Amino acid sequence: MTLAPQPPAAVSARGWGWRHASRKAWAVDGLDLEIDPGERVLLLGASGAGKSTLMHALAGVIGGDDEGEQRGELLVSGRRATSARGIAGLVLQDPDSQVILARVGDDVAFGCENLGVPRDEIWRRVASSLDAVGLDLPLDHPTSALSGGQKQRLALAGVLAMQPGLILLDEPTANLDPEGVAEVRDAVARVASSTGATLVVIEHRVEVWRDIVDRVVVLAPGGGVLADGDPRRVLRDRGAELSASGVWIPEFPPRFTERRVASSGERLLDATGLGIARVRGSRIADGLDIGLDEGKAVAIVGPNGAGKSTLALTLAGLLRPDSGAVSATRALAGPLKSASPISWRSKDLLTRIGTVFQDPEHQFLSATVRDELSVGPRALELGDVEVDARVDELLERLRLDHLALANPFTLSGGEKRRLSVATVLATRPRLLVLDEPTFGQDSRTWSELVSLLAGLLDQGQSIVAVTHDADFVAALADDEVRLT
Amino acid sequence: MSILTPTAGPQAIYRINPVAKLATAFLLGFALILTIDWLSAATALVLESVLLVWAGLSVRQFLLRTIPVWIAAPTAGFTTLLYGQPSGQTYVEFGLIHVTDGSVSLAIATAFRVLAIGLPAIVLFVTIDPTDLADGLAQVWHLPSRFVLGALAGLRLVGLFLDDWRSLELARRARGVGDRGRIRRLLSQAFALLVLSIRRGSKLATAMEARGFGGDTPRTWARESVFGWREIALIAIGAAIAAIAITVAVVFGTWNFIVG
Repeated sequence: MTLAPQPPAAVSARGWGWRHASRKAWAVDGLDLEIDPGERVLLLGASGAGKSTLMHALAGVIGGDDEGEQRGELLVSGRRATSARGIAGLVLQDPDSQVILARVGDDVAFGCENLGVPRDEIWRRVASSLDAVGLDLPLDHPTSALSGGQKQRLALAGVLAMQPGLILLDEPTANLDPEGVAEVRDAVARVASSTGATLVVIEHRVEVWRDIVDRVVVLAPGGGVLADGDPRRVLRDRGAELSASGVWIPEFPPRFTERRVASSGERLLDATGLGIARVRGSRIADGLDIGLDEGKAVAIVGPNGAGKSTLALTLAGLLRPDSGAVSATRALAGPLKSASPISWRSKDLLTRIGTVFQDPEHQFLSATVRDELSVGPRALELGDVEVDARVDELLERLRLDHLALANPFTLSGGEKRRLSVATVLATRPRLLVLDEPTFGQDSRTWSELVSLLAGLLDQGQSIVAVTHDADFVAALADDEVRLT
Repeated sequence: MSILTPTAGPQAIYRINPVAKLATAFLLGFALILTIDWLSAATALVLESVLLVWAGLSVRQFLLRTIPVWIAAPTAGFTTLLYGQPSGQTYVEFGLIHVTDGSVSLAIATAFRVLAIGLPAIVLFVTIDPTDLADGLAQVWHLPSRFVLGALAGLRLVGLFLDDWRSLELARRARGVGDRGRIRRLLSQAFALLVLSIRRGSKLATAMEARGFGGDTPRTWARESVFGWREIALIAIGAAIAAIAITVAVVFGTWNFIVG
């Protein structure tokens, strides 16, 4: 292993294709693509176009022959990409699953150790990499105490310390709040200009990256390249088409069905002098007064760690108020004795308050999409005919009918989100609580969600949503609760 | 809060290589389970108390961490008192309960033994940082680095599992299945956690591979795991305590070899 940084790497794909061992269709096929050393490329394409597969292959982490089949040729710096470790460095989407060690310095050093870099050189590289991504922290700072944006910059520093010739970023900012997005984008811009390494980025949100990249490549679903060239030209010529396939382009904002009815109905829920705590005793916020009405939407906004999710879960009757009270009106509680949702039975919540969790995987209970949708209606002891009718209607409305027999865990991010919303709608709750419903979603899923929620509000349902998404607030919210 | 939060402190004991602490705790434990008699355990306990003071934990820290041992020792002793093998004069007899000369001395020996093995083991273990332990296991004992580092990285996920567990619990209530029987709910929740943890684990494995883990290049180590005079001294002290305890017991005739 040499100590000199890898020179900027060239990427060359000739008729390249990859098929996962468990699938019939090729994830990528017939790809011809040449990237010159030092180029900065934004890779776009509808979900399912094989962008992530290509990134994993370029990073050499796609797995061996038992995990899939390869045809054609994919080279990085003239070597077969799938066996060329150490030339390319990859940063992934999920900040939590990329932290490897407990201390900041050790985590950055991890890649260097694996490449056999001598000890003195490792610590020089750790210092300069942390500096390059703007993480000014002691080396023994615990990685568990980092924010999402800091974790992604830490992952970038870890990659940088390996001095790769090719830096690959697979949706590095999709799971971050706006401040985190800016932190990571700026760090990448600095790193790209100081190292001169070749850069390939996947991201749904074009505006974040378009000033940093000098080329946009659009992959066609099923194989091949749809468009390729100067960012401005590609986005102008293909913008409408890309926008329809889910890419966020400022000039082509997603279309959605707007709310028609602006009237509100009865009061459903009141929070008075509410104090919230995730764990009993450690209060995060205090003295909150919130009223929720039929046909109205309230957005809960504020910085990370302010207790937005905790507030939503408390209003939803899932966490106990730390002080003050959450009380349902007669209109919501109906015949139930208690007005306090936390004391209701789980079954009683179903038709009254429905909660969509931030991570859809937390709320999946079944082996197929169809069974997943019928969990709620069955808990209500509805008849088979009624259960089937509700499930069929939701499958069609949320474009999940072709996936009825698929395992929920195998769906794409957008499909999981649609399913998690559908499972809640199946029991027709009057109040809907959503935790970051549009987080990490492409523009197509976004507009479907917003249209759906607008329709529900028109029908008189009430909505509470935790969100960082200003477009979402502008499209739907009547009121804002800001936590600080 | 993660269980992998770095453990650190100003006292000398934090600077000792974890593998030496592991070796010392095992050495003491092994020597003291060879025999059940009150004298060897009491001797070891007296000698160890000097060591425990030197470790430099505050009284509060020490008591807080060792609570389990302080509960376990009298409990084990009391149980032995009631149910231990009867011999000599009988004081109380009630059903299966026999308190005899034999069971009294066995009870004292057992309680001392739990303290003599448990207290130093806990003091040595709570001052171990998992990362330093992994370094020691791989560099000093030459265990396979793939295995050691994989386990270390996996440990970090335990903190996330606690959050997952809480969310799963709330989600089940929200989905209308929170009223089911407790056992059935816990089982299905445990299965869901298993599925989530496998997914998290495979993501982590990909992230590690992307940083060159598991390649063919011989690995270097950013942190040197030192095994010097401090470590040798600690093990030597442990060995000396074990030897003195055994010698005293043999000389005064209380030694009873447990096997045979």
